[in-house]
Amino acid sequence: MLRFILGRLGYGLLTVWFIATATFAGMHAVPGDPLLDARAVAPEIRRNLEARYGLDQPLALQYLRYLGNMARGDFGVSFTQQNREVNDIIREHFPVSALLGVLAIGFAALGGVFWGVITARTAGRWPDALVMFLVVLCISVPGFVLAALAQLGVLRLNAWAGVSLLPVAGWGGPAHMLVPALVLGLGTMAFLTRLMRTSMLEVRGAAYVRTARAKGLSPARILLRHQLPNAILPVITVLGPAIATIATGGFVVELVFAIPGLGRYFVQAVQQLDYTVIMGTTVFYGAFLVFMVILVDIAYGLVDPRIRLAQAR
Amino acid sequence: MSSHVPLPGDFLPLAAGVAQPLAATPSPSYREHVWARLRADRRAMLSLAVIATLIIGALAGPWLWRVDPALQRLDEASRPPGPGRAALLVADPGAVAVPCTPGTPAGLTVCGTPHTAAVRLSWHPVAGADAYAVYRHELAPRDREDLGVPLGEVVVPAFEDRLGLEARNYHYSVVPLRAGLEAGAAITLRVEPRQAITWSAALRRGLLATSAGHERIGSELRLPAHPLGTDYLGRDLLARIIHGARTSLFIGIAAPLLFVLAGLLYGGLAGYLGGRIDNAMMRLADFVVALPFLLFMILFKVAFGIRPGESGVMPMLLAMVLLGWPASARLVRGQVMAIRDEPYVQAARLMGAGTPYLVLRHMVPNVLGVLLVALSFAIPGAIFTEAFLSFIGLGVAPPTPSWGSLCNDGIRSMLAHPHELAVPAAFISITVLAFNLLGDGLRDALDTRAEAP
Repeated sequence: MLRFILGRLGYGLLTVWFIATATFAGMHAVPGDPLLDARAVAPEIRRNLEARYGLDQPLALQYLRYLGNMARGDFGVSFTQQNREVNDIIREHFPVSALLGVLAIGFAALGGVFWGVITARTAGRWPDALVMFLVVLCISVPGFVLAALAQLGVLRLNAWAGVSLLPVAGWGGPAHMLVPALVLGLGTMAFLTRLMRTSMLEVRGAAYVRTARAKGLSPARILLRHQLPNAILPVITVLGPAIATIATGGFVVELVFAIPGLGRYFVQAVQQLDYTVIMGTTVFYGAFLVFMVILVDIAYGLVDPRIRLAQAR
Repeated sequence: MSSHVPLPGDFLPLAAGVAQPLAATPSPSYREHVWARLRADRRAMLSLAVIATLIIGALAGPWLWRVDPALQRLDEASRPPGPGRAALLVADPGAVAVPCTPGTPAGLTVCGTPHTAAVRLSWHPVAGADAYAVYRHELAPRDREDLGVPLGEVVVPAFEDRLGLEARNYHYSVVPLRAGLEAGAAITLRVEPRQAITWSAALRRGLLATSAGHERIGSELRLPAHPLGTDYLGRDLLARIIHGARTSLFIGIAAPLLFVLAGLLYGGLAGYLGGRIDNAMMRLADFVVALPFLLFMILFKVAFGIRPGESGVMPMLLAMVLLGWPASARLVRGQVMAIRDEPYVQAARLMGAGTPYLVLRHMVPNVLGVLLVALSFAIPGAIFTEAFLSFIGLGVAPPTPSWGSLCNDGIRSMLAHPHELAVPAAFISITVLAFNLLGDGLRDALDTRAEAP
């Protein structure tokens, strides 16, 4: 088991290094100068700026310096807001996005498993048809439309109730997190429901389920102890990339609900072409996603002994 | 089991030389089987029809509905979908307001028919007043402080309002003044002007023949219809949807086609060669998956020299293709490896089949099915990605429409004019739904374990 984890971690580190290198190569492949965007600067100031950012040194040295900084966790200073370090920006805003993402994933996973089991058990009857119809709808409607509609719904709800039941935007207490996390997790939940339903239907005809039933085990025990752990495997596999989807979808939800998260900051930096923030946030997000996928792989290895043993070969 | 015991007399020897069919009907090929199963799937057929309609609409639309998607008409801003409005053709308002006599005593009256080109008011002079202040409000004024927008002060008891009138309720209030101070109660009148268009404006917009004289003044004209309404700048939404369809569908179909093709070549090669080359190729594919998409979008945009505020269709396409091929590569590689070890392929190789024959006759048809399903699920993803990028401002720039940027514009006026968001969102959803259902149908049709319909 330990070898498995170490192998995955090593692979993850390699991937993060690759992301950092690709980012560096990409930023320096861009024609023109990141410094001279629209500002005309005097030559002395230009030289000082170049020395400060190390832009006057050969590319290889710049790359090593860049890697060194990254290893120490120093992403530099924001280009557009020269008094803020990228690290501070990430430290301030990432916990918000992380909390939102965790809530959304939790909601998506729990909801997906629950509805998947329900539709598998009532396959062919009206609850199955209804839920699958809603699922297909949720997959088809774009995320930003869902977010806008949810906001509209909260407004109408507050108007109907006469009092502000749920906040429409912003970030503060648990009430602020409820609707955005719901909206963010909805698309993934729909996808997981479909996956879980197929998986449960496959497992239902398996030999070991028949054996369990023949042994006389209660339906609940069969469901929880035999069917669920096996059916949940594809869901766990998909959970890794799903985290990436939620990270991207988080940008939109943060924009629509005015949540001060890293995603919204990243989009702003993209629109303002704030290079250091873009680079730092990208590498940070990339590293975070790689780490999450490793966690999911480890969880997958824990749940399915076959994978663990195959890796240890 | 029947109780009938076969007797020699039950059978007759076959006449020599008579060909007998081995089966009652010719056995359909795999392709015919798949097509028959797909045709039996009503949802998939409906989706196919919807997609075909959308594509034909996007291609032929600009010729069928010849309205410029970038033409702004601020007096038609944010109109809900509906038939063209009727407008009264009026003469151009003169430079000087024509006075008219008031009607009922002690009241504020309107002269003639009030319309959106001009509303003429007049009232009886109030004793002791030397001037009058005129106000206009869109809601009924509740008290003295809430009379509305001050339109001006006049000395004569008449006023002509031409300020930005729309065909809605207005409440006019007149307050008599003496020496600059208020000297009496306000009199209020509710007026609803009719939609009107001046003669010169109608001529300019091509609603009147250039040779027409003034004899049609007083009659009604029909303003051009906007079947899907207009956006916040008065641009026709149907035209914008059609042109947006061209952008969104082009990216949504071209990008997946390209990266599925790239994945086919890469994955096919890796699967066929196998061994360490395959290992290395798949490692590279895994790395590419980890790359951040938005960053490369920006990089390509800058590399192509596109300034903020310009459309970036090519960078979007490039980024989606360069970062999207690993998934289909992995799929193709898995298929190729599975087929490579199948007995019939090995038998063919034993019988002396060359590589081109194996690839064309065995690999490609089997891979094609899986690839087609992957394609029909990749297209909704690409449409979403394009919509998302245009939504955050990284895709096409105004005035070029795309369904995502239309949604972005529509969200701002979502509460007051929901149709501006609902229409493009509905189109995106229907397209994505159709491709998803088609993908489902294709996957079920290509499933070799399913029974024939």
